[in-house]
Amino acid sequence: MLFYISGEINCSCIYISLKKRKATGLFNYKLSIAVVQFSEEKLNKVKEIIARYPEGKQKSALIPVLHLAQEAFGGWLSAETMDYVASLLQIKPIEVYEVATFYSMFNLTPVGKYLFEVCQTGPCMVSGSDNIIDYIKSKLGIGVGETTADGMFTLKLVECLGACGYAPMMQLGKHYREHLTPAKVDDIIAECRAKAN
Amino acid sequence: MGRKLLLENAHIEGIRYYDTYRKNGGYAAAEKALKSMGPEAVLEEVKKSGLRGRGGAGFPTGMKWSFIAKPEGVPRYLVCNADESEPGTFKDRYLMEFLPHLLIEGLLISSFTLGANACYIYIRGEYAWIPDILEQAIAEAKNNGWLGKNIQGTGFDLEIYVQRGAGAYICGEETALIESLEGKRGNPRIKPPFPAVKGLWQCPTVVNNVETLAAVVPIVKYGGDEYIKLGTGKSTGTKLISACGNINKPGVYEIEMNISVEEFIFSDEYCGGIRNGKRLKACIPGGSSVPVLPANLLLKTAKGDTRMMTYESLADGGFATGSMLGSGGFIVMDEDQCIVKNTLTFARFYHHESCGQCSPCREGTGWMEKVLKNIDTGKGKMSDIDLLWDIQRKIEGNTICPLGDAAAWPVAAAIRHFRDEFEWHVKNPEEAQRRNFGLAHYADPLPVAATV
Repeated sequence: MLFYISGEINCSCIYISLKKRKATGLFNYKLSIAVVQFSEEKLNKVKEIIARYPEGKQKSALIPVLHLAQEAFGGWLSAETMDYVASLLQIKPIEVYEVATFYSMFNLTPVGKYLFEVCQTGPCMVSGSDNIIDYIKSKLGIGVGETTADGMFTLKLVECLGACGYAPMMQLGKHYREHLTPAKVDDIIAECRAKAN
Repeated sequence: MGRKLLLENAHIEGIRYYDTYRKNGGYAAAEKALKSMGPEAVLEEVKKSGLRGRGGAGFPTGMKWSFIAKPEGVPRYLVCNADESEPGTFKDRYLMEFLPHLLIEGLLISSFTLGANACYIYIRGEYAWIPDILEQAIAEAKNNGWLGKNIQGTGFDLEIYVQRGAGAYICGEETALIESLEGKRGNPRIKPPFPAVKGLWQCPTVVNNVETLAAVVPIVKYGGDEYIKLGTGKSTGTKLISACGNINKPGVYEIEMNISVEEFIFSDEYCGGIRNGKRLKACIPGGSSVPVLPANLLLKTAKGDTRMMTYESLADGGFATGSMLGSGGFIVMDEDQCIVKNTLTFARFYHHESCGQCSPCREGTGWMEKVLKNIDTGKGKMSDIDLLWDIQRKIEGNTICPLGDAAAWPVAAAIRHFRDEFEWHVKNPEEAQRRNFGLAHYADPLPVAATV
């Protein structure tokens, strides 16, 4: 399968690329092979996590290691990344897939550099999250689940994040952005652009 | 002003750090438990205190602890449920962010009582910054001899680990949480066996909510008899309420369970009344899973008694006219809110969060979302309301775990109390797109307080 692929982007897209190849023709996508491999530091972290559990229970490390992998490999989990995690924990790849597809924080397709995860559940809704979502859509010119053409922003709607008293809100990376207003959204977008430059 | 047990020191600057926490009486309860009381005496105090699980179910904690199996040579585990995901609930987040040592002290005393040498805090994945706070506090506690080997020379060993989830409401259910901690999908297990017999890695395990475990500290500190003096009847002690929605002062409040719902919403000490001088329409008093109540049934029970902020009073009248204290996620809605839309967001939430194991829940939640969406967008039929009622009845009680019930109850309560609003949506599809139904007969029976 790998022989079909050559080019530029991160390799972890092999799984996607094969799907797309069927739909759009073989050579429309240029992809490169980069090896999915944790840094020494991350590998030590993995060891430290595994040591938290009794011997032979290293599968318990799966979710924490998938978090590490998602951080390390572009904010999403490709099939290759998942296979790599399976090999690290000495479990079957299917055991990783079934977990990665269950939990909503794991992205199974590429996302923009900044992922806006906006809460839409009841308490945020009664505090005006619909307006915030509409504002982000029009400001960035994207729909839900889409990424801006420059690959900077992805908009994702999520269910309750436990910030109901500080609504409307969204998650951006590790932190929450709360009490959102259109002006605050503008500031956040500007802040992200500034950081990226 | 009510007495505070959990948040009494929350205002002190630097209470997040060990030195300040210790200087203000921290770890004194742990010292007392480990050095002079012993496990049986602590268990006795917890039982005496009448402490009930603060995660939502309200099961007596002392009883849960006494169920733990103690086979020879098999390790026991304490798991702290910090997978706070019930819409409207954000109290555990507050405790962990501001008083991490209170939780750690609670975990230490509880592990000691249960004979557990390893404890896992399972925290929802989205609270991504909190594990850092907890891990720092764990390191501080360890440096000061409160964790690790031979704690304070008593011979008791304990390690506490923080594990992040990855976005799944269902992992708040204790057996789903255990599955997730084992690195699997969060599918709840069939009970029995209960976790107290076969839990984490098939070993005896107790799973308790963050607030429950933190409450063990004041119980040991002041004694169960003192704790029981606070509150009312079987609702002993204090409870954290996370208030949100259309109120002036959203936030986390510690209440003694002896105040009225009216006082909680309208007094300046707590929610400070309804925002923008609007009127109260409805409230979900215990997190999205519990029945929504219209204003008239919220402030007074069907019998005409004042509704109190206690497990019993909020449940007075059963589901016909009452609700539940649940997790303390208190969602207030003003006159501008649409019950149909609000119910739709919760139906969508449960559809999204159903693990998919049981067909009534997997299929039923999606079906309810679809029907509610039709009504909300003006495409509903009168028969849809009865259809919704029928679906929720077929989910309730027919699933392995309580998520099915939790999905059914909000829909049932919305139809039970706000049927005229649903009918209005169906009869006036265009008008319903332009304006909300408003207050109608279930309006706030109180004169409107002048809230600015």
